[in-house]
Amino acid sequence: MSDGGQVRKGRPKQDEENTETTEEATEEVDTSDVDDLLDEIDEVLEENAEEFVKNYVQKGGE
Amino acid sequence: MASPKYLGTETEFGISVVGRPDFNPVLASSLVVNAYSADGRHRARWDYEEENPLRDARGFTQPGGHEPAPEDDVGLANTILTNGARFYVDHAHPEYSTPECATPYDATVWDKAGERILEHAAERAAETLPHVEGSDGARPGRIVISKNNTDGKGAAYGMHENYIMDRRIPFGELTRHLIPFFVSRQVLVGAGRIGNEFGRKDVPYQISQRADFFEVEVGLETTLKRPIVNTRDEPHADPERFRRLHVIIGDANLSEVCTYLKLGATSLVLSMVEDGFLPPPPVLAQPVKALHAISHDISCSQTVALDANTRTTAVELQWQYLERARKYHEEGLAPEWAEEVLALWERLLSTVEDDPMKLDGVVDWVTKHQLLDRYAARDGLDWSADKLKLIDVQYHDVRQDKGLYNRLVDAGRIERVVDEGEVQQAVAHPPRDTRAYFRGRCLEKYRDAVAAAGWDALIFDVGRESLQRVPMMDPGRGGAATTEALIDRCDTAEQLLDALQGN
Repeated sequence: MSDGGQVRKGRPKQDEENTETTEEATEEVDTSDVDDLLDEIDEVLEENAEEFVKNYVQKGGE
Repeated sequence: MASPKYLGTETEFGISVVGRPDFNPVLASSLVVNAYSADGRHRARWDYEEENPLRDARGFTQPGGHEPAPEDDVGLANTILTNGARFYVDHAHPEYSTPECATPYDATVWDKAGERILEHAAERAAETLPHVEGSDGARPGRIVISKNNTDGKGAAYGMHENYIMDRRIPFGELTRHLIPFFVSRQVLVGAGRIGNEFGRKDVPYQISQRADFFEVEVGLETTLKRPIVNTRDEPHADPERFRRLHVIIGDANLSEVCTYLKLGATSLVLSMVEDGFLPPPPVLAQPVKALHAISHDISCSQTVALDANTRTTAVELQWQYLERARKYHEEGLAPEWAEEVLALWERLLSTVEDDPMKLDGVVDWVTKHQLLDRYAARDGLDWSADKLKLIDVQYHDVRQDKGLYNRLVDAGRIERVVDEGEVQQAVAHPPRDTRAYFRGRCLEKYRDAVAAAGWDALIFDVGRESLQRVPMMDPGRGGAATTEALIDRCDTAEQLLDALQGN
């Protein structure tokens, strides 16, 4: 047994998931929130999806 | 009483040079690894003395195995970091192996530190990309690093877990208990992917990145005919006492919850096997087929055949292991971290049973599925659309400003387990309670005198007639408690060696 050398124990931050889980649990999804998220992600997505996907070829590994 | 489970992960990252599809991935991987420690100082080489990937846990060495020889002689980058990790090029991918950790929590911290290291290394490496001839100084390209396991075009690469355990457990017994556990754990820790390897139109998205690439139950291979239980027998520690269980079936996770649960639950199962605490395991009629079938059903209700003409589900199988682990803990046999892992295991399993999609923001395969689903709904896309395939890859991009998982973290939509301050600390510093501490501190303080380093030895060159080898055959020895004051006190490697030899 070790003391783990930890300063703190990992605690899942419950408050961070509430927005999502309650949204899933209720019938009325707050779409404005989801739209905002998708808009934000649109801004960081690689510009040319077709070209990126075509060129995303990996060598097999383990 | 089961032995302490020292553990770690090793991850082969996807690598892509955007704008230059023909760029050699081995060269790109080397640029990334070399860029990370490109400060012009002497670098210790990796010590291959104890490496034998063809030694089989079932008691023989496989002739003519399919493991390529170490490619160090062709100059592939291979470095040891001050946090005790190994960072190198393997099979045309940059690979990061965490240092040995004493708890699943610590292993989760050092696993996440690997993402930060790759992010930083790729950024620096992009500046070293050779220009395209005749391009008049156009941007030579960007290097994208993905913590995933497949390109969606038939190639797979791995995230492996390593657990140091008691050598005395018969390997066959270990295998019997592990197969149903590994086949079913994916519903809690899968990373998710679009499509499948069987050309099936009715599986547009599945739970595991890796499942489709597994073909046999037990074996030594890692790149062909991949087995659910891998038998590679390289303990990287005293072979009389230790076994290093090399687990190749897992997905690379961005979710810290998944990494933590994957490592914690598996450690508990191994301890229970060591203590003979598990009843005879359920026997799957066709484990490989079950692995695929479970991965292909995102409702998590798929039944799979047991030997005695009965059927079960992944959720039921996981409950069996979890209930035994609870009992194990109640009887005071489990390590002190077990309580938190058990609570997490139960919460996730109950949720999967109720509605897996409620694990959005918690488990990778669900988080990514929900993101793709919203995009498909908003833009009227089919699951074969390039835009969705792009999102499937970019979810795993390690860049904190561009990777989609990381964007969700920033938006407060992801449940975290570890503290970012601890992750930053782990980028440069080793765990304090394993032999990785000694390795990392020596690399930091006496780097010019370290000729070579491996998991179980450091080799010093202090200008004496012969090189001085310091063996580290026990992963639990060499932590700060016994070596910190010594290293602090010794200004040179020579002083350190004298002190170790009692001179």
